[in-house]
Amino acid sequence: MSDAVYKGGDAPRATARRDIGIKKRYAAEQRFRIYGIIAIAVGIFFLAALLWSVFSNGYTAFWQSSINLDVTFAESVIDPDNERATDPNTLLTANYPKLAADALVARLGIDPENRRLVREAGGLISNGVRTQLRDMVVADPSIIGTTRNVWVLASGDVDSAIKGQVNLEVDESRRKVSDQQLEWIRTMEADGVLEQRFNTGLFTRGASSRPETAGMGVAIVGSLYMMLIVLLLALPIGVAASIYLEEFAPQNKLTDLIEVNINNLAAVPSIVFGLLGLAVFINFMHLPRSASLVGGLVLTLMTLPTIIIATRAALRAVPPSIRSAALGLGASRTQTVFHHVLPLAAPGILTGTIIGLAQALGETAPLLLIGMVAFVADYPTTPLDPATALPVQIYMWANEAERAFVERTSGAIIVLLLFLAVMNITAIILRRRVERRW
Amino acid sequence: MNKFLLSASAATIALAGAVGAAAARDQLQIAGSSTVLPYAKIVAENFGETFPNFKTPVVESGGSSAGLKEFCKGVGEATIDIANASRKIREKEVAACAEAGVTEIQEVQFGYDGIVFATDIQGPDWALEPVDVYKALAAKVAVDGELVDNPYKKWNEVNPDLPDWDIVAYIPGEKHGTREVFEEKVLAAGCEVAEGLKAAEAAGLDEDAAESACIAVRKDGGAVDIDGDYTETLARIDANKTGVGVFGLSFYENNADKLKVATINEITPTVETISAGEYPVSRPLQFYVKKAHIGVVPGLKEYVEFFLDDQMVGPESPLADYGLVPAPDAERDAQRKAFEAGETM
Repeated sequence: MSDAVYKGGDAPRATARRDIGIKKRYAAEQRFRIYGIIAIAVGIFFLAALLWSVFSNGYTAFWQSSINLDVTFAESVIDPDNERATDPNTLLTANYPKLAADALVARLGIDPENRRLVREAGGLISNGVRTQLRDMVVADPSIIGTTRNVWVLASGDVDSAIKGQVNLEVDESRRKVSDQQLEWIRTMEADGVLEQRFNTGLFTRGASSRPETAGMGVAIVGSLYMMLIVLLLALPIGVAASIYLEEFAPQNKLTDLIEVNINNLAAVPSIVFGLLGLAVFINFMHLPRSASLVGGLVLTLMTLPTIIIATRAALRAVPPSIRSAALGLGASRTQTVFHHVLPLAAPGILTGTIIGLAQALGETAPLLLIGMVAFVADYPTTPLDPATALPVQIYMWANEAERAFVERTSGAIIVLLLFLAVMNITAIILRRRVERRW
Repeated sequence: MNKFLLSASAATIALAGAVGAAAARDQLQIAGSSTVLPYAKIVAENFGETFPNFKTPVVESGGSSAGLKEFCKGVGEATIDIANASRKIREKEVAACAEAGVTEIQEVQFGYDGIVFATDIQGPDWALEPVDVYKALAAKVAVDGELVDNPYKKWNEVNPDLPDWDIVAYIPGEKHGTREVFEEKVLAAGCEVAEGLKAAEAAGLDEDAAESACIAVRKDGGAVDIDGDYTETLARIDANKTGVGVFGLSFYENNADKLKVATINEITPTVETISAGEYPVSRPLQFYVKKAHIGVVPGLKEYVEFFLDDQMVGPESPLADYGLVPAPDAERDAQRKAFEAGETM
């Protein structure tokens, strides 16, 4: 399109005005679209980079090297003095690692008198074998004296070496796995007694200082307890507060002040809630440290503003005509709210709650101050027992020195991402299914 | 649905209230230094496995100062039993403890930790002396007896035997217990050799100010504070192959395929050289036990005794495997006796 130039005469003005800036405006729109695409591309690029680094580091964590051994539960090792009938501690304190080491020595054909080789062979097996074999014996003492085929975990260093996470080119003294051990590993792999098996322990075990026996079971249970507490407390309190503010409260300075405060609280850094939790729940109410109950209460406080804001928006979206109709037919205000407004607002409230829960699931900062960033090996039976949370477990593993914790950190991130994805997808599906448009 | 939720949450609140007077705690609570954390974790785990009648202790991380602060909150259920520390408790903290009713504190020293300088494994060998580090990293250094802003840009300007690398060192941040040892054993020692103290006093500073001038670190990018853990320092060295990092011995030993360690005064840091007292940059690791909780919280006495047992902290023990430098035999014995006798600070 050419620029309009006034050539004199009676050229109509309107035509000239119509042409002004059209080209510029189209160009501006084009530019804006390109900016938008660039913005999305940048976002997608970083998301892809994040997912790639997490998945490429983490997928190996779901497989763990295990060694197949024919373990002889020799009475001479477990209970040399035949005291197990009288002293219940005999079976608990027996030297179980020796059973596994003996079995491995026999498998590799090492001379049992060569102490150096026996020790190196023992280093292939995880120390976690003690509890594994002990649990077997305690569950069924009659296996003493028999030989059982058992898969035992390889030690974390061996596992890292097999997965190629340690540079094996460097001098032997600079790595944790010796040349002799590597040779054994290769023969055992060739014989099929050393395998990568699915790592159920990652989901069932508690924290451990040995990477091969470290799992996030305690963290998952702790997170579930906290989510349950948040749901049970934040949802009713948040919904009750919103209904009152939206449907009953008079519009005055006080309610304005409350509204400003709620919006403010939603933006307060989560560590502040941790400080509050420490002061109120632990120092004042004397609730136990590191307990998921306290974590749940702190996260409830943190999630409340989010839920209140979402609920109020959902209530406001219900058209006033519904309320008028109900009141007109003689319903009381409470009946109007509970029979008509609340059911219609429920999908929005649920979506807001799930998003609030997902946010709470990923929090570590407030948990630090109430003692949940901790090494917890035993499962919590109630919310009053010490526990950790999923993001805390990731943080703890990220700070470990052993190489095998690197993959576990990423593995735990994958699990956390899956949890979050499931929650958010549920929120989207719920909204699609039941949301009503006016 | 709503009624159900309401009653359920009422039950939760009631439960929360009832806990105020809950039954005695049956699990040890430990908090403190992130340097001591890996050792405490190993002991806690083995303790739980060896004594099936006790629960595995809970070990919180968070740093020496935060741990001691929690420790000094008072006596009773809701307070922790043991504080791990990579430095000695300060007098101020003892006073704060006493004010809150924690009057009897037992100090237990269980071994040593070496602090090493390391570079990327591809780099040349490094032979450092404290004075080199002081000259390279101090904010002001003494040149010809005068205190001037640090003029050095490259390591070989500091000492011609060092490589031609830009000075970039990743040192522990100020909240780390490690920083104190680094300042005292490296910077202050180097300052003395370089006669920085004299220069500072000549410049009109009093003794205290001269000492803090010695350990002030340059802020022009030559020395980078790392507030995270050693994993972050390792990542920085991965990214900058000519950087120098400060690590704990155990961390270095776990990553020896990526790092090359520097000698200090021509001594290579190993468990042997540190326990013999030859390698200069090391510090004792300790934990503090609340005596009032012994006999009240089940397992506390057993845990400390188990920790001090030779099968945990001896020369051939899981802690030594992880990188702890065991204390000499006589010292370990003395610590065991002191704890048994109930000696307090």
